[in-house]
Amino acid sequence: MTTLFTILFDGVAYGMLLFVLACGLAVTLGLMNFVNLAHGAFAMAGGYVCAVLVNQSGWPFFAALPLAFMVSALIGVALERALYRHLYARSHLDQVLFSVGLVFMSVAAVDYIMGSSRIFIKLPAALEGQFDFFGVGIGRYRLMIIVICGLLTVALQLILAKTRFGSRLRAAVDDPRAAIGLGINVPQVFAFTFAFGCGLAGLGGALSAEILGLDPYFPLKFMIYFLIVVTVGGSSSITGPFLASLLLGIGDVAGKYYVPKLGPFVIYTIMIVILIWRPNGLFGRTAAR
Amino acid sequence: MSALPDISSHAIARARWRKSEFVFWILVLACAFLFPSRYLIMTDILRLALFALSLDLILGYAGIVSLGHAAFFGVGAYSAGLLALHGIITEPVLALVASGLVAMVLGFLTSFLVIRGVDLTRLMVTLGIALLLEALGERFSNITGGTDGLQGIEMAPILGLFPFDMFGKTGFFYSLIVLFLMFLLARRVVNSPFGLSLRAIKNNPLRASAIGVPVNRRLIAIYTLAAFYAGIAGALFTQTTALASLDVFAFEKSADLMLVLVLGGTGYLYGGLIGAVVFKMLQEFFSTITPQYWLFWIGLVLVVIVLVGRERLHRWALWLPNLVIRQLAGRKAVVTVPESEAP
Repeated sequence: MTTLFTILFDGVAYGMLLFVLACGLAVTLGLMNFVNLAHGAFAMAGGYVCAVLVNQSGWPFFAALPLAFMVSALIGVALERALYRHLYARSHLDQVLFSVGLVFMSVAAVDYIMGSSRIFIKLPAALEGQFDFFGVGIGRYRLMIIVICGLLTVALQLILAKTRFGSRLRAAVDDPRAAIGLGINVPQVFAFTFAFGCGLAGLGGALSAEILGLDPYFPLKFMIYFLIVVTVGGSSSITGPFLASLLLGIGDVAGKYYVPKLGPFVIYTIMIVILIWRPNGLFGRTAAR
Repeated sequence: MSALPDISSHAIARARWRKSEFVFWILVLACAFLFPSRYLIMTDILRLALFALSLDLILGYAGIVSLGHAAFFGVGAYSAGLLALHGIITEPVLALVASGLVAMVLGFLTSFLVIRGVDLTRLMVTLGIALLLEALGERFSNITGGTDGLQGIEMAPILGLFPFDMFGKTGFFYSLIVLFLMFLLARRVVNSPFGLSLRAIKNNPLRASAIGVPVNRRLIAIYTLAAFYAGIAGALFTQTTALASLDVFAFEKSADLMLVLVLGGTGYLYGGLIGAVVFKMLQEFFSTITPQYWLFWIGLVLVVIVLVGRERLHRWALWLPNLVIRQLAGRKAVVTVPESEAP
């Protein structure tokens, strides 16, 4: 019974992490309909920034996290303004080719600068180890991830639902032409959202170095996971991808524990079945447009 | 009512062999005798060309974007490897066809998954299938040899007459003949009414179904055929290199393949063939500069191609040959810009 809870706990932490990593993609891919396979590259950038700051410059871990967010967001906004925005109207094939090209470049560049081995970030002593909670082993680091990601999720939901910017974004996504007619600066809204999503990915990358492992092939290895979160979760709200991430996280951890030999087989099968069953995702809107 | 004969005569005229095509194949054959020391790399190019031809059938003609075409290549490669390793079918030509058929069956079964849904779902499902097969390959490492791959494959002589030699001469001519035959078949297919209906589907599926084209059945058919082609390409890989490892399923393989096709241009059969040559030359070139980081340059090529625009790039590339043709033959361009992508 306690192992079950431990698996559940680890799965939730893993899922929350996936959500923070992928929710930027939910906006670009789900809402703006841009197939951005390079999303993991932004996460990797954040992770490496954090690693360099903590390990080499001796920054405290919690001070490095916001900087990971900032750097990834800056890279994101620069790339969006310089390259991505020209491709919004292009075919999916072009978008796939472009973002795969970016992934390849980022993989080779990071390999060149930082070396190909896995990077570890030195954690503060307070986050290491685990404590017992009614017999269930709770990892301190994972608990912190759940807290941070949970707060972020709530904040995102509030921003999207309550603020002026949130309503502008929803309007811009629902009908860009009408939104422009109402005086909303749609390209600006998209650019800002894109940068914010990249920043979140960078933060996720920094947090995930401990759990998922950080090496130059990170964007390729986890590409499919991010895509699963978005396609299975659908794009109608932020809750869809959130629930999908939790499902994926718990499913993956449980799969690795109970049927270790099948490896990622379980996840891929479930994904294909869900996509066949509901092509718009589990929580997607069904042909509303 | 007089439109009908016009259309058929137009279609027949389009399907006729052009002079430039003869020149192309004569050049290919000439390469075989001009560079006898480079058989291995040329065989590599031929295999890649066949694989790209396979992707062109679904991407260029039917408009299905696939991120996991390596799945069929891998299945073909492993089938050929296992058939030879366990001595089930030792004759390479028969084994080649058998491996192609195995991939074809897989293609047929998965085509039902692929035709459902929109572009994005297709991307995910094709990618998922390739990853699934890779995971399966790792799981059943007692059959596939795991990450080491199949070891100790020995190929019997082709048709019992031509043994594979060290320098790859037999392998090269074998691959060339297979590629040419498969090309002829593809050419026949895309110029048939079936091929025309595929283009109609690619341009606008709704209209195609409105004029009575059974869209789903056509897509299943071409996807299955493309899987057969990819399987043959995979089997050729195993037979000419005596090697099959889990790399064949990797995402990079599918991505490279898209680059090959995009370099050559989609929607006309020579695109994959030309793309394979260009790709291998780029790979050689970049590998000599930075052996470890050629992935970066490949990525850069992809990004630049998309930003400049594929059609514009092809117009530039074809400007010189077309100028020559115009000067020599005094008529309009023979080498045409491939059809534009439907957005």
